[in-house]
Amino acid sequence: MNVRAHMSMLFHLDKCIGCHTCSVACKNLWTDRKGTEYMWWNNVETRPGAGYPTGWEEQERFQGGWELKNGELELRLHSRARGLSRLFFNPALPTLDDYYEPYTFRYQDLFSAPEGNDQPTAVPVSMVTGEPIQIEAGPSWDDDLGGSNLYAKNDPNWEGVDPDIQAQMHEIERVVFNYLPRICNHCLNPSCVAACPSGAIYKRAEDGVVLVNENKCKAWRMCVAACPYKKVYYNWASGKSEKCILCFPRLETGQAPACAHSCVGRIRYMGVLLYDADKIYAAASAQESELVEAQREAILDPFDPAVIAAAKENGLDDDWIKAAQNSPAYKFVKLWKLALPLHPEYRTMAMMFYIPPLSPVVSTVERGLIKLDLPPERMDFELFENLGKARLPVEYLANLFAAGNVALIEPILKKMLAVRILKRRQSVYGEVDAQTLALLEAAGTSLEEAEAIYELTTLPTLEERFVIPPYHREAAAELYNDPLAHKGEVGLGYIQPPRRGE
Amino acid sequence: MNWNTLLFLVFPYVALALAVVVSVIRMRGRPFSVSAQSSQLLESRKLYFGSTAMHWGLVLILGGHLLAVLLPKGLLLWNAVPLRLYLLEITGLALALWAGVGVWILLARRLGDARVRVVSTPMDYVVLLLLLVSIVTGVITAGAYRFGSYWFPAVFTPYLWSLLTLQPRPELVADLPFWIQFHVFNFWLLLAVFPFSRLIHVVTVPLGYLWRPWQVVIWLRRQRRPRATPPGAPQPTPTPKPQPALQDKGGSYGSD
Repeated sequence: MNVRAHMSMLFHLDKCIGCHTCSVACKNLWTDRKGTEYMWWNNVETRPGAGYPTGWEEQERFQGGWELKNGELELRLHSRARGLSRLFFNPALPTLDDYYEPYTFRYQDLFSAPEGNDQPTAVPVSMVTGEPIQIEAGPSWDDDLGGSNLYAKNDPNWEGVDPDIQAQMHEIERVVFNYLPRICNHCLNPSCVAACPSGAIYKRAEDGVVLVNENKCKAWRMCVAACPYKKVYYNWASGKSEKCILCFPRLETGQAPACAHSCVGRIRYMGVLLYDADKIYAAASAQESELVEAQREAILDPFDPAVIAAAKENGLDDDWIKAAQNSPAYKFVKLWKLALPLHPEYRTMAMMFYIPPLSPVVSTVERGLIKLDLPPERMDFELFENLGKARLPVEYLANLFAAGNVALIEPILKKMLAVRILKRRQSVYGEVDAQTLALLEAAGTSLEEAEAIYELTTLPTLEERFVIPPYHREAAAELYNDPLAHKGEVGLGYIQPPRRGE
Repeated sequence: MNWNTLLFLVFPYVALALAVVVSVIRMRGRPFSVSAQSSQLLESRKLYFGSTAMHWGLVLILGGHLLAVLLPKGLLLWNAVPLRLYLLEITGLALALWAGVGVWILLARRLGDARVRVVSTPMDYVVLLLLLVSIVTGVITAGAYRFGSYWFPAVFTPYLWSLLTLQPRPELVADLPFWIQFHVFNFWLLLAVFPFSRLIHVVTVPLGYLWRPWQVVIWLRRQRRPRATPPGAPQPTPTPKPQPALQDKGGSYGSD
């Protein structure tokens, strides 16, 4: 057993309101520089939709992630030799137009326009060339366009969903959508790391953060294509790749990443997961239907004395083990089995986890009035018993979070519905009847667990949502430097500004 | 000092010294600046035709020149059969034309595409022009003074070796025709420009990728510090746990 710790984020999609505060916080902190205008290390997509960059899940085109070839785990993008042969031109690399050309407006025109009969307008100009452009796409261009023919219809996750249901999803009365916030998944088996010819990308063993060493990056840009989530970006101005750094400077000072900290809906949780590094290869090359279970197996129980001993052997401090025991990520992912990684079929073993959204209430339109299909007291139970009637098809969610395996999504939705029914019974009727208790049992949960899920879902404090262990950076600094000298040498800012080729 | 000494003795040594010394200084002192500086994100289609042709054409032709320097006798033996000589010359010429078209496309792209123009430095144009000059003079040489692969081993192989072994014989190229001298001088010019331009990415070709483990995992704290012992107590000699080499643990898959 080779125990390591991982800082994992958890997204409770049921709570996401799609306000983009996370994206803006991230943008202001990290990608407000020349060459990074088009990058959204954190973005929020409307689902069903094509996402950002447009159609990033179409791996036949973008060649991201891993696949099993004759039982061996191999990059979809290239073999080692083929990777070198494509240094001069990488056919799978998205171009700027797959994201969007960043733009601003010539606001000065509003003041300097000569007097005339028309209201002066601010002309849009490209942030790359400075020339006026016709805006064709922008950040979250398909925001809230759930049933649209242009975006929602092109979602690759419709695969396997009944065509009739698909057709219904594009009728205005049936339109349904949810939000999907995405950051770098800081995978256990990252394909960006494996694809980098220079070896410039690495995973930190202490907390699992995947980083690009910009001094080693030589702009071969294989990482951009190899990442199936398209979360490595190429800075066109500096000629180096950049990606989400999980706000490690904040983590090291005990703060949650900016996206999580600023989250208005408090949908994000942050905690330590202990995992067995020796199990990564086997878990990443499991059969497609067993990928999620294999990843759950690789995540370890922080209360197990054997795990604790092995963790200490590997240099983990007591406070990291304690943080792993209090971790909301551990509870949602391993204990309650409510959270799933995004697209496990990419075999990168994503370490950011999602709690799938519950569907809106089933309704129909009769004579121009929106009317519920069922009497309200039956409604919850009806949906519980017939998840196929959920407005957001279960197959769709399964394609997003479980490699198409509906059997993995259904128990999660049932457990969450059971908690919702329980709390409604308690608050509306003031008691828990036998029917509800039976329902809890059918959902594979207990009264205590349901209460705990409710507590952590609805009422957590900041300290319960973000359980961040002390990083002991002072100890790390002491290893290579005199602490007093170190104190005078660190700080913010560049020694030399990062200019292209200088 | 006559022109011959200046251009084909002094300048080559200056160029070689610059290429080695400045490259080392730059790669050690300012590694951030060393990059292929791809602009594929901004423009992809023209780059495909230009970059592929330019890179593969130049790599193969340079490889041919290098073979002639390293194995002159092998080259002469190969050329002993006329058919093989023609084959070699025609292949070389075709590759040169291919590379030339590639450089031309890249130059047109750099000048013509608004997005690419934004990320172009004056040095980027200089590099493309020098490459174009090199290819044009090379093609003229190959066409006008047949057959290059015949006389190269007799003229340039000894000339280059004389420079590299510090017994320079610039007189070997003194009486060559103008276009050939131009071609040679342009090579030394490219070498002098090499460390100051994006050409430096040539030496970072990541051949190590062929055998490095897929995953790179780095420990910040390699070793736990020994626990502090109370003052006065006998200091036990610390026996540091032997640390496995970075590449050992995890087999060929992970690096730690």
